[in-house]
Amino acid sequence: MIENTTLTRPQDIRVDLQLIAEMVKPGSRVLDVGCAEGTLLSHLVATKEVDGRGIELSQAGVNTCVSKGLSVVQGDADADLTDYPDKGFDYAILSQTLQATHRPMLVMEQLLRVGKKAVVSFPNFAYWRCRSYLAFNGRMPMTSSLDYAWYETPNIHFCTLRDFTVLCNDLGIRLEKSIIVGGDGKVLEYDINSRRANFFAAQCVFLLSD
Amino acid sequence: MSIITPDPNHHSVILGKDQPMPLDCGAMISDITMAYNTYGQLNPDKTNAILVCHALTGDQFAASKQPLTGKDGWWSVMIGPGKVLDTDKYFVVCANILGGCMGTVGPKDINPDTGKAYGLDFPIITIADMVRTQALLQDYLEIPSWFSVVGGSMGGMQVLQWAAAYPERCFSAIPIATAAKHSAQNIAFHEVGRQAVMADPDWLGGKYLEHDKNPRAGLAVARMAAHVTYLSESALHRKFGRNLQDRDNLTYGFDADFQVESYLRYQGINFVDRFDANSYLYVTRAMDYFDLARDHGGSLPAAFEGTQTRFCVVSFSSDWLFPTTESKEVVRALIAAAANVSFVEIETDKGHDAFLLDTPEMLQTMGGFLASTAKSRGLEQ
Repeated sequence: MIENTTLTRPQDIRVDLQLIAEMVKPGSRVLDVGCAEGTLLSHLVATKEVDGRGIELSQAGVNTCVSKGLSVVQGDADADLTDYPDKGFDYAILSQTLQATHRPMLVMEQLLRVGKKAVVSFPNFAYWRCRSYLAFNGRMPMTSSLDYAWYETPNIHFCTLRDFTVLCNDLGIRLEKSIIVGGDGKVLEYDINSRRANFFAAQCVFLLSD
Repeated sequence: MSIITPDPNHHSVILGKDQPMPLDCGAMISDITMAYNTYGQLNPDKTNAILVCHALTGDQFAASKQPLTGKDGWWSVMIGPGKVLDTDKYFVVCANILGGCMGTVGPKDINPDTGKAYGLDFPIITIADMVRTQALLQDYLEIPSWFSVVGGSMGGMQVLQWAAAYPERCFSAIPIATAAKHSAQNIAFHEVGRQAVMADPDWLGGKYLEHDKNPRAGLAVARMAAHVTYLSESALHRKFGRNLQDRDNLTYGFDADFQVESYLRYQGINFVDRFDANSYLYVTRAMDYFDLARDHGGSLPAAFEGTQTRFCVVSFSSDWLFPTTESKEVVRALIAAAANVSFVEIETDKGHDAFLLDTPEMLQTMGGFLASTAKSRGLEQ
């Protein structure tokens, strides 16, 4: 276990959601891919009056969303984004889901096909606590609140901050806004391409366009 | 014919009196007797009315005793005070379909031109025709728009047709365990059923009523075959396995040795007491003809273009008659049309019939959807 810090502590999720919400313009059309129980979507509907839609894999998640009054369809990022028309949304959001997709690159391309802009957040696997856990314990890093062992984790495609910016560059995706957050939930002001950023960022949030 | 029933919820009206209604087949129909039930009270704003569309062998007695069988309504689990279709809040309307045999005009009724039962002289009807008559009923009830149109199986086809043909007249739509077209496999099963009816010597070319006959055996076989398609392999196994019926050993004959045989025979025999054989032919045909995309230049999204209706699509994992893939096709089209759509596949081994049963996840999803839709409709919660 990584002590005291996790990649997905509740306060980190809240920071992550707040940062995403700040990137979304009021009254826009939003698709939340992997919307879970609709926490972000409800927040956006309530605070930004967005026209929000969601995709969620689990029946329980969809049920919760629908009973909250959200329009959510059962499906997954890998298979079902292709159903959506080009640029039908102002924002396609992928919050803490990229690392659980089978084909992250295709998902990224689909996000920017269905959304005029995409918002992507993910945990940075090059965060120093992950590095030290791997270096000193010689085991795959685990977190205290999402303590999946390597053989049962749904997170099959972890990436680092650096990996992500390289992928965006390769795909010709523009980073309109980049925000990184340290283990204490505070925004870090480092240059996004610096080694320090990749070392100290626990969470990353990007606003992307093509 | 009118159903004689003490049910205070039961009503009958003659629609299309001054204006004959054109049918898809080209014929005109007028003086359409329509039997329907209502539950709950229409609010002064007329914004709380829900239309429930029944399936192939359903009827208007959705939430009250069926007068011929004495059994509870087919959707009693769904409709009633405090239930998902809460009759303390909503005004629920369920009408017997055009071509049916429970009070709405159909092939067993008297043709005024001949003084005899229509039989096969009844015009071929479609899902769209059924919905047209329901729209006439909506006019008659002076309901500008349904709060929701809800139905499973063939009822779901009517829901989709409603949303496509009268988007401004349905605020929300809940198509359950259904499809935008009838598949080849489903047409095939229906054809087996129809051929069973027509192979019965008592069918008499459809004129059995004139001769005081009834093709009971044929209709019972049709029902037995269809009933299998409403279940799932695992539900049949769970319910019956290879258990023997009231015996310890095989009889080495063709009696109903197995419980599953006995059950199906019972289903078949009971069905013929409450359903008209010709009506079964007409209504199965209407389902076969249903193809919403074909009616919109081959494009299913075109059927829903610009719709403001809110959709909640529900399918069941073990339904092989209207599998999830069919519902997803509808969802995909709605997404392409930028419609407001929710979709959930319910995990169950109950097969197609799950929509008629107490399936908690279905009730929960629909309840949540209706509650939030009621809020945006401005209905008091």
